[in-house]
Parts: sequence; structure tokens; C-alpha cells
Amino acid sequence: MKFRLTTGAIASVIVFIVAGIAWTLWDQAALAIHKFGWQFWQTSIWDPVSGEFGARPFIWGTLYSAILAILISTPIAIGIAVFLSDWCPASLRAPLVFVTELLAAIPSIVYGLWGIFVLVPAVREFQVALPDWIRAMPMFSGPPVGVSMLSAALVLAIMIIPYTSSIAREVLKSVPATQREAAYALGATRWEATRVALHYARTGIFGAVMLGFGRALGETMAVTMVIGNNPQVKWSLFAPQYTMAAVIANEFSEAADELHLDALVEIGLVLFAITLIVNVGSRLLLWQMNRERKPKQRATAPAEEAA
Amino acid sequence: MKITVEHLNFYYGAKKALTDISIEMKANEVTAFIGPSGCGKSTFLRTLNRMNDIIPGARVEGSVKIDGADLYASGTDAVLLRRKVGMVFQKSNPFPKSIFENVAYGLRINGMAKGRELAEQVEASLKAAALWEEVKDRLHDPAMALSGGQQQRLCIARALAVRPEVLLMDEPASALDPIATQRIEELIYVLKKDYTIVIVTHNMQQAARVSDATAFFWMGKLIEFGPTPSMFTGPREKLTEDYITGRFG
Ligand SMILES: Nc1ncnc2c1ncn2[C@@H]1O[C@H](COP(=O)(O)OP(=O)(O)OP(=O)(O)O)[C@@H](O)[C@H]1O
Ligand SMILES: [Mg+2]
Repeated sequence: MKFRLTTGAIASVIVFIVAGIAWTLWDQAALAIHKFGWQFWQTSIWDPVSGEFGARPFIWGTLYSAILAILISTPIAIGIAVFLSDWCPASLRAPLVFVTELLAAIPSIVYGLWGIFVLVPAVREFQVALPDWIRAMPMFSGPPVGVSMLSAALVLAIMIIPYTSSIAREVLKSVPATQREAAYALGATRWEATRVALHYARTGIFGAVMLGFGRALGETMAVTMVIGNNPQVKWSLFAPQYTMAAVIANEFSEAADELHLDALVEIGLVLFAITLIVNVGSRLLLWQMNRERKPKQRATAPAEEAA
Repeated sequence: MKITVEHLNFYYGAKKALTDISIEMKANEVTAFIGPSGCGKSTFLRTLNRMNDIIPGARVEGSVKIDGADLYASGTDAVLLRRKVGMVFQKSNPFPKSIFENVAYGLRINGMAKGRELAEQVEASLKAAALWEEVKDRLHDPAMALSGGQQQRLCIARALAVRPEVLLMDEPASALDPIATQRIEELIYVLKKDYTIVIVTHNMQQAARVSDATAFFWMGKLIEFGPTPSMFTGPREKLTEDYITGRFG
């Protein structure tokens, strides 16, 4: 009883803090919210000098880069998780887990520097090497500058792999041994047994991917360094673009007038809302998977079938 | 003889779990394994379909032969072998798929049937497991929605679908209520016409009811093995008698 009261109190404090942050942001963004309304998210001109603020390119850049990042990272992260949980020899497991966990500990700015010196030139060379007919397609068009949506997506992908893979590994580990054994007993190969485990864990794995997505949405420093910081809505992977987090980081300290500042805070408010929803959603999925499976395992209803 | 085991030793790493087991099991008979918890019944059962292979550090010595072919000979393919030796677990463990897909799984991965033929074989397996009448109108409902007893019969149907010759059951009714247990026991009685069945049980009455032969294990050793009636009426060993009469275990 006492324990429940304490956790309840802590939980409500946290909810209170989150609501407080949201309210502060809302309050600080009031000018922009009132002046532009929904227009703010529908226009694409961002010109602090003339007082024109349209945030569409930023929300586009944030969502596009994060979605590309999970498309790239998910197969790799799940591959790593499957390898570590089902395939690699026990003696290799600990060092490999250590290395992937280490990747998560590298500061964002270091990824950014690596991106500038290694990834950006590589992307530029890759673009130049592409045949003309590919470069004519909207997805791959534009001058070869290197700093681009693709560079950002690649850096993000590398940064979220450790998160997604370590949660996916936990999820795979929590699959009851009898699931894999049931498959083996029916003549499954090792790979088929792994697929059974993946299928069993699918909700949790989706949660792991969403958690990675949440991180990608909010990631700031490394993206700012490689994306090119150009507010435009483009499909092209090679076009320099911009994200919500990046524009706040770049412009906040120099924002001279009230409206500019409020516009940046409004972007922050929406970024906060999106990441909150994605994070809560993925936690719920992971939690649901743990809860859903357990009671049904011992489904020994005394009310046997009415046959 | 369907299954012949000779001088089997089993180790979990350095820990010896089974010592010098020799036993023969006849085709179309039910053999029951009894003994106190931790005596190695499950371990022994799992050596009969090489399920212990997937446990790191597990090691086997001696020989296990089914129809004269050695399971642990270097040429034996464990994957093919397991198809011939079906297994039902203590807790029902359906896949989180539909009733139909659970039974179809083994047929699919082994490429044994598809289309109409698949549906027919799923039906036949569900009938053999005495579950068909209860689920025929909801084959595509999730298996997890079935009752515990139905789930266990579904797992039996899933095992039967790949047409094994031997069926291993590790306390298949221990998580079920008396009525569901009785249905499983009736099913075992019917199935033994077509299969060689090995069942682990903690329930003396159950062993007496369903089995033709009984093996009593104690601390990793096979203490006594013989026809069920004589085991229960006149055991040769003092240990067996003490266990059967409930003096320990
Ligand atoms: N995976 C494992 N690794 C190491 N030791 C194990 C493992 N599984 C079982 N053992 C040990 O082997 C011995 C035999 O276990 P086993 O599960 O075969 O007993 P059992 O007779 O089936 O018991 P129960 O009636 O409780 O199911 C026990 O001492 C157990 O602790
Ligand atoms: Mg056991």
C-alpha cells in the first residue's frame, strides 16, 4: 500500500513536470502561435530578417530523416539482436554486447565530426559515381555537396542501432524457451526456430524500432553537422535539408526579436509533443508484450470447454 | 523394440544428470517415467529427440537407437530425426498464431503439404487430437484464446501433424484440471494404436492408468523398469516401493 502510494506520487510528479514543460513552451511560443496559427506548419519560407516564419521544411526534415534512419537501421539492428541472442557462440556474446553498448556511449558531437570528415565526402563521391539516369530521378537529383539528407539519415541510423538492437535482444531473450523448442520438435532448423521467436516477439520488436525512431527525431548535434541546414522540402536524398532540432540549436542564441524566438520555441513544443507520443507509444507496446504473454501462458481455466 | 537405450550418460557441463541408463521401449506401448523432482526424467526424455543439443555444454555418452538407427551417430541429422519424434511440453506452448496455422506449421516448414491437402491434414490432426469438434468453426481464431486443456490438445495435434512415430510427453496434464486431464488420458489411450508414447508424470494414478510399462528414476539412475501392473503391485526395489506408496518424493 505504502509502495503504491509512493510510486503513484512519483508518477504524478513526473506527469506534472511534463505538463509544466509543455505549458512553459506554449507560453513562450504564444506570439508565434497567435500570429501564424496553423499557417506556421504549412508554409516553407523561413526568413527571420523579414519576419516570415514557415516551419514546414523543419518538420519534413525531421520526419524524413528519422524515417530513413529507421529504414536503414532496423534490418541491421534486428540482425545484430538475432545474431547475439540465437547464433553467436557464448564466448563471443559478452564482448560483442560490450562493443554495441559502447557505440551508444559515443557523444553525439563525435558522430558529427566523423560524419563531416568521413561520411559527407563518401556520400559526395557516391553521388558523383552514380550514372546519369539515376541522378535524373527526383530521389537522387541535385548538385553533389555531400552535406545532405542521406548523410544525416546514415549518421542517425548508426546512432540508433545500439538502442534498437539492445532492446530487440532483450525482447528476444524474453521469448519462452518452449517456443523455440516447439519449433525444433517439429523439425525446424535453427533459422526457422529463430523466425518463430521473432514472430512471438514482434510487438516488442516494433516497440524497439519505435524507441529508435524517437531517438532519431530528437537527435540534434550530429544531424546539424551533416544535413546542410537548408530549409527546403525535397524528396532528394542528396539535397541539403534542415530539422526541427537543428534549427533551434543553430538559431536560438542569435534570435534577436521576440517573434523569431517564439517561432523557435513553437518548433520545440511540437518536437516535444511528437517525441513524447512516439516514446510513450513504444513503451506501451513493450509493456503490453510483457503483460499479454504471461497470464496466457498459464491459462488453465477451470471452466473447461463446453463441448 | 522401438527405442533401445544403452549405457547412456548425460552431462550438463560438468554436472552429471543421468548415469548409465539402459532401457527398451516397445512400439505401440505407453511407457511412463516416474520419479521425484530433479531425478532426470525430463532430461532423459529430451535425449530421445536430441532436444538437449540446443543447450550449451550438454553432452551425451552411450547410444540411443530408434528402429536400430543410432540417434547420436555422426551421420544422423537432428532436424530430420525430430520430425520422427514428436514432443508435447509440460505447459502448453502454442505459437501466437491461429489454430489452423499452429497445426499447419510443421507441415509447412517441412514442405509436406499445401493448399487443399494442407487443410485436410490439419483437419485430420485436429481430429486425431480430439479437438476438431470444438474448433472447426473457428480455425482462424488465435490459439491463445483456447482454454488450457484445448491448448494442450492443440499442441498434440501440432505434433501429430508431421506424422511422427514416437510421441514424447513431458507432464502433459500437470497444468490442467481433472476433466481436461481425463481427456488427455483418453487421447493417449487412443493414440497408442498408432504411436509409441513416452510420458513423464508425477501422478502415480495417471501412470497406472495410461501406461503399459513404467520406469522409476532416482537421482539420475534408472532404478526399476517393468510392466506397469507388476511395478505397482509388487515392485522389486525398496526405493520404488517407498516412492509409489508416497513415503518420499
Ligand atoms: N539446462 C540445464 N542446465 C543445467 N542443469 C540442468 C538443466 N536442466 C536440468 N538440470 C538439472 O538436471 C537434473 C535433472 O533435471 P530434470 O529436469 O531432468 O528433472 P525432472 O526429473 O524432469 O524433474 P521435474 O519432475 O521437477 O520436472 C536436475 O538436477 C536439474 O537441476
Ligand atoms: Mg521435468
